[in-house]
Amino acid sequence: MSDSISLAEICISQASKAWQDDGEILATGIGLIPRIAAGLAKLTHNPDLMMTDGETYLISEPAPMGKRDSSADQVEGYMSYSRVFENLWGGKRHAMVTPTQIDSFGQTNISVIGNYDSPKIQLLGVRGFPGNSINHKNSVFIPNHSKKTFVEGEVDMVSGMGYKNKELSNGIFEIKRVVSNLGVFDFNGKNNCMQLLSLHPNVSVDDVIANTGFEIAIQSDSITSMPSNEELVLIREVLDPQGIRNTIFGE
Amino acid sequence: MNKVLTHKDVLAYLESNATIGIGGWGARRKPMSLVREICQSDIKDLTVVSYGGPDVGLLCAHKKVKKLIFGFVSLDVIPLEAHFRQARQNKEIEVMELDEGMLQWGLRSAAMNLPFLPTRIGFGTDVLTHNPELKFVTSPYEDKESFIAMPAIKLDVALLHVNKSDEKGNTHIIGPDPFFDDLFARAAEKTFVSSEELLSTEELGGKDGAIFNRFERSLVTGVVHSPCGAHPTSCSPSYGFDIQHLKEYSDSAKSFNDYADKYMNKSHQDYIESVGGIEVITKIPLPQF
Repeated sequence: MSDSISLAEICISQASKAWQDDGEILATGIGLIPRIAAGLAKLTHNPDLMMTDGETYLISEPAPMGKRDSSADQVEGYMSYSRVFENLWGGKRHAMVTPTQIDSFGQTNISVIGNYDSPKIQLLGVRGFPGNSINHKNSVFIPNHSKKTFVEGEVDMVSGMGYKNKELSNGIFEIKRVVSNLGVFDFNGKNNCMQLLSLHPNVSVDDVIANTGFEIAIQSDSITSMPSNEELVLIREVLDPQGIRNTIFGE
Repeated sequence: MNKVLTHKDVLAYLESNATIGIGGWGARRKPMSLVREICQSDIKDLTVVSYGGPDVGLLCAHKKVKKLIFGFVSLDVIPLEAHFRQARQNKEIEVMELDEGMLQWGLRSAAMNLPFLPTRIGFGTDVLTHNPELKFVTSPYEDKESFIAMPAIKLDVALLHVNKSDEKGNTHIIGPDPFFDDLFARAAEKTFVSSEELLSTEELGGKDGAIFNRFERSLVTGVVHSPCGAHPTSCSPSYGFDIQHLKEYSDSAKSFNDYADKYMNKSHQDYIESVGGIEVITKIPLPQF
């Protein structure tokens, strides 16, 4: 099985580790890879995690990707948007998101690209990023690691706060883990600088530096560990049996 | 007591320059038949408050929006709202961009007749940079912490779409998520609901139905019977969002005339026929993620 491990599967395995020490909180993976990763976290190292069906209910087992018979979901609780807000204001949540831009302070942007009053590209708006970032920890998945995503200076519109304002969050602000198509990172370098933890296969330190708009620390240049056989079975047979994960990198 | 109105009747309660709040969330349970009615009227220069979807986009496409108070605008299945995007990139609208929770706080504050509610949300972000009117408040208790004083967002009119209503404005939202419609109703001077079904009070189901009554009838000024009135957005449990239509709508941002010719300037009944009719819409499956 291990000779045909895809990049998506490596990213899912690595992203799932974001939640391993979280205990009983709401895990929210927004987007394909983060969602499968949250499910994998629940099925492996943190079974206490709470997860939604992607709509309104908390369910006991992670919802697999693609069409399913949702009447078979074991509903265990309720999580309307109002309840999501209440939950996140209390800090009992860890989301993994894919911002359009992230900078050296861990500030994130999903609002606009370019000048705010004359946007080059209008994106979604800040959504819940200001509240998420100040109230609970977050992690990041970036499928297209480049200087356009890991930007020089600051992001164009700070939607999620960063380490330079950490004191305003009563010390709560944290980017726990960053997984990209090139490697795995966190912000535990000196003065909370982003640091490389491992490189995905066939990626060099120079590749990472050339595609990152700010200086990073190299904590390790080892190769990212591969998903275990147990993880691969769960990803392939339980969480994403239709292989929708393969669309993310065109694998 | 009879609060039943036609779509056109509602326009009499709306004026240019008014602040209107629109219920629902993204591409879910939007009062689209009322929104189309506004698009077809002379009303303009609106301040629109919304967890935005095609309601915001369609109003932008018809140049009805002066200012938008929002946390996001999205069609869900199509993440970026093309008409809103175009309006922003062409600098056609003013914006007050807020965190989703701050927007709720603003509505709740208005609902409670408070001038503001305190929050930490927004600190460390450009929400503060771009909303210089936001002021701060210091805790009078020993902690002395500073907060953003999120001001009340008072609405002249709220427009909501519900599953069931009687003539008195007793409404039921049956879908599992009522979103923040109750707060929109409480923040508004007047609330108008469009309803999938118009029933007798008895038909609302007494005690068994009452849990779906999310706000009091005293908040409701008018009720419009509007089967499939949320189309092309979803109205759980009756129908999902019409992905094909949302795509056609989204693609029309470049040249809106074709879309307008096909779907606008019609009665609600004619609009519903133009998109396939009730039989077709109510067969659209609910979204699954």
